[in-house]
Amino acid sequence: MTAAGYSVLGVTAVFVATLAVGAYGWRFSRTTSDFFVASRTVRPGLNASAIGGEYLSAASFLGVAGLVLAFGTEMLWYPVGWTAGYLVLLVLVAAPLRRSGAYTLPDFAESRLESRGVRRLSALLVVAIGWLYLMPQFQGAGIALASTTGTGSWLGGVLVATVVLVNVLFGGMRSITFVQAFQYWLKLTALLFPLLFMVGIWMGDGAVSPASVDVGSGSTPGDAWESPLAGPGEHQLYTTYSIIVATFLGTMGLPHVVVRFYTNPDGGAARRTTLFVLALLGVFYLLPPVYGGLGRLYAPDLIADGRTDSVVLELPARMLDGTLGDLLSALTTAGAFAAFLSTSSGLTVAVAGVISQDVLGRRLGGVRAFQAGAVVAVLVPLGLALASQGLGVAQAVGLAFAFAASTFCPLLVLGIWWRRLTGVGAIAGMLVGGGCAGGAVMATLLGVAPGGWTGALLGQPAAWTVPLASLVMVGVSLATPRRLPPHAARTMVRLHTPEAVQLDRGTLPR
Amino acid sequence: MSDSPPRRVRVTSPRTVATRAQRVPAAREIDAQTMLGEVYMSSLLRSQLRLALLALAAVGVLVGGIPLVFWLFPDLTSVEVLAVPLPWLLLAFAVYPFLFGIGWLYVRAAERNERDFADVLERS
Repeated sequence: MTAAGYSVLGVTAVFVATLAVGAYGWRFSRTTSDFFVASRTVRPGLNASAIGGEYLSAASFLGVAGLVLAFGTEMLWYPVGWTAGYLVLLVLVAAPLRRSGAYTLPDFAESRLESRGVRRLSALLVVAIGWLYLMPQFQGAGIALASTTGTGSWLGGVLVATVVLVNVLFGGMRSITFVQAFQYWLKLTALLFPLLFMVGIWMGDGAVSPASVDVGSGSTPGDAWESPLAGPGEHQLYTTYSIIVATFLGTMGLPHVVVRFYTNPDGGAARRTTLFVLALLGVFYLLPPVYGGLGRLYAPDLIADGRTDSVVLELPARMLDGTLGDLLSALTTAGAFAAFLSTSSGLTVAVAGVISQDVLGRRLGGVRAFQAGAVVAVLVPLGLALASQGLGVAQAVGLAFAFAASTFCPLLVLGIWWRRLTGVGAIAGMLVGGGCAGGAVMATLLGVAPGGWTGALLGQPAAWTVPLASLVMVGVSLATPRRLPPHAARTMVRLHTPEAVQLDRGTLPR
Repeated sequence: MSDSPPRRVRVTSPRTVATRAQRVPAAREIDAQTMLGEVYMSSLLRSQLRLALLALAAVGVLVGGIPLVFWLFPDLTSVEVLAVPLPWLLLAFAVYPFLFGIGWLYVRAAERNERDFADVLERS
């Protein structure tokens, strides 16, 4: 059997296993609540595995190793930021968000600020961020399938979209929870198992440091590869801190991350689940950088070819001869597809929930609306991914993080901790933050941004757009004290008091 | 007619309760949104927010300080600990147990805050 044959077998096995595990969950999915939030009965252990499985996307599984291979230690800030983002989420948002009792982000915004306008804007932003994040998943699937089996680059995306749609249509959140929990462990195994063999070979070869080799012109030299500061020149410190702000604060604004919190039974369980997730992410992120480091020693030609993203897929076959290497490469390819599937499933559920409630809800009801929403949620980004092959996977994901940090992060943090936030203030802040972050990254992607400091500010905007959005939100709220939500005090009681205490928490949304 | 006097009857007031001060449970103070209820709520909010900011400050200084330290002292980049470069050791390995530790301490302290809040409401 050829190497491509093993890869096809591996990818097929992941698709079949995903549908099978999903089908196990279909049997439990009956009510609307099952579809949206798995009826809020998911235990912390299972839920944390599901969150880990959902969160570790193509960018984590393939992208981190590729970036470390090409640019070195500075790129470790991405996995560190994606993990620390969960810590920020834990301490500022997790328990109050669950106690708010809302299904989706727009539900939270409306129940806290009692304004239809905030709801509509949040729904728009959820769909925009969701599609921005779904598009690179489908693109990445196409690239991965094309590079390992030689098929057309459209096929991978279409396959992933189909499997996701089948699972979401029939099982909703209940089914997806089982699928994603399974996929976390699959992804961890797919990276860990080949690594045991590869580190053994590296030790046998004398354990050479990746920084000590010269990998030819056009790539990062050894001492720059070791530096933890991003980019060249005098903007290093700014760029590094901007990446830190975007990833630390962007995580809480991603729609598929937030919607998971509603599946916990109560606020305390939401906290314990998040702590569990921190552990699972910490274990996973130990692995991809090692692929990047070993890739610099054993596959340096990928840097010159500009194919660093496929280092995880190709390295096992390069370091190990014969069938064993091919089998281990097929395993990492299967893991990559688990990453595409789980992240797209989570995003589809989140976006479908919002589309069905805010667009279709009035005409269709319950489960029907959710299923129609899921079809729209998948088909639009799939079309965009097929139409625009140019936009880089990492760039689109980076845009999504900066955008989420500049819009939903101030809304959530101020909404939960500051009583005097008004609907008008929230709308103004989200418009300014989203407009600046979106505009800056668009300018960079279209290549119209100038060099120097302006270019650095536009290339990584989070360090100035997040404070700006927060200041606008606070300033406009203070200027409109008459627009204070009438039940703000009661809502604060609901957000912060433990469930064990008998209190009047006002009416829960819906 | 008997000349034995009638039995003495002790007369007690049935209204002893009325003279005692009425005790209102703290939970009802919060429900009625009185000034006192507001005090209970804002003390819970303040203690939880202080805890959250403490955890964020620890991460901000110890993890967020790494780029600044390496920018101020570039020579640190080439320091090796057990044959692993220092930046790599910090960012690829050491940071994850640290983040988990902060999270673990936070969850314990946050749950203690909530237990204290519930105790205060029940005792009053």
